[in-house]
Amino acid sequence: MRMELIQPFISAADAVFAESLQAPTNIVDLSMDENAYRRKGVAALIAIKGDIEGRVILDLSPEVAMKVASQLAGSEVEASEQVVKETVCEMANMVIGNSVTLLNDQGFHFKVFPPEIHMDETGLAGSADTEALVICIETPCGEIYLNIAMHYLHRRRQERKAVPALD
Amino acid sequence: MKQFAALLRKDNQPVRYLVVDDSVFARKNLIKMIEMFGGEVAGEAGDGLTAIAEFNRITPDIVLMDITMPQMEGIEAVERIVRQHASARIVMVSSVGYQENILAALQKGAKHFVQKPVKPEVLYEILRYVLSDDPNAVGAPVALAGEHRS
Repeated sequence: MRMELIQPFISAADAVFAESLQAPTNIVDLSMDENAYRRKGVAALIAIKGDIEGRVILDLSPEVAMKVASQLAGSEVEASEQVVKETVCEMANMVIGNSVTLLNDQGFHFKVFPPEIHMDETGLAGSADTEALVICIETPCGEIYLNIAMHYLHRRRQERKAVPALD
Repeated sequence: MKQFAALLRKDNQPVRYLVVDDSVFARKNLIKMIEMFGGEVAGEAGDGLTAIAEFNRITPDIVLMDITMPQMEGIEAVERIVRQHASARIVMVSSVGYQENILAALQKGAKHFVQKPVKPEVLYEILRYVLSDDPNAVGAPVALAGEHRS
């Protein structure tokens, strides 16, 4: 997987978490995963289709999600499954939205789909055919994981323009 | 937490908002900011279709509209609302802030765009700008930028 596809996600995650949680964050682990994805907590999967295709999973434990929810709300939030889901989805939306904005600035065009939430015991469908990058981000609320699997589908617009037509 | 001078209508009443986002969490976050700005949440919607119905029902002063939503996305909802209400003031609020999205929203009639995560001071400035855009409909806000109460 090309680093130029990954860097916007790292930059966006860092910016979104730091802004939302009003504290600095650190990437404490970064690894390639060729196996089916094993969820660590509550996961939001967002699919991306276009010049780049793939999916990003934001994954955090319910306890971390509650801490994030309280931090965002500015006061203690009563724990519930709904709050956990909402928090994970909204964080995923913000990270992926900001990432694709950065990628779009590089000339990539695609559509982002609403997040799918996964929190039941059966777990998340794996991505055995896709190499994924797993990033563990340490925040004041706890560890948040990003699992990114992306590949090019089309060349960027300017690259297409640069290639002369054959006919 | 920062405090902001109230943004009021010309008749000194609170500005009435319609908040549109499929995420309850995001709506709550925006509602918290609206309250910080002295506004009143007249309605909420979780998708574009409901937003249109709510707009017709409550005719808010400002709409805060997400883009990516189920059933009908925000940009289509903007187009339909502005077609019926040319003076509607709609501010797009989305995490997807690339130029094509912004341009499409503005072309359909949105007045401004703010990217998530929303900073209260940024939204405040945008609302001030959008409210001052049409002085006949809504009065200028009572405070200038940076006049935060301590």
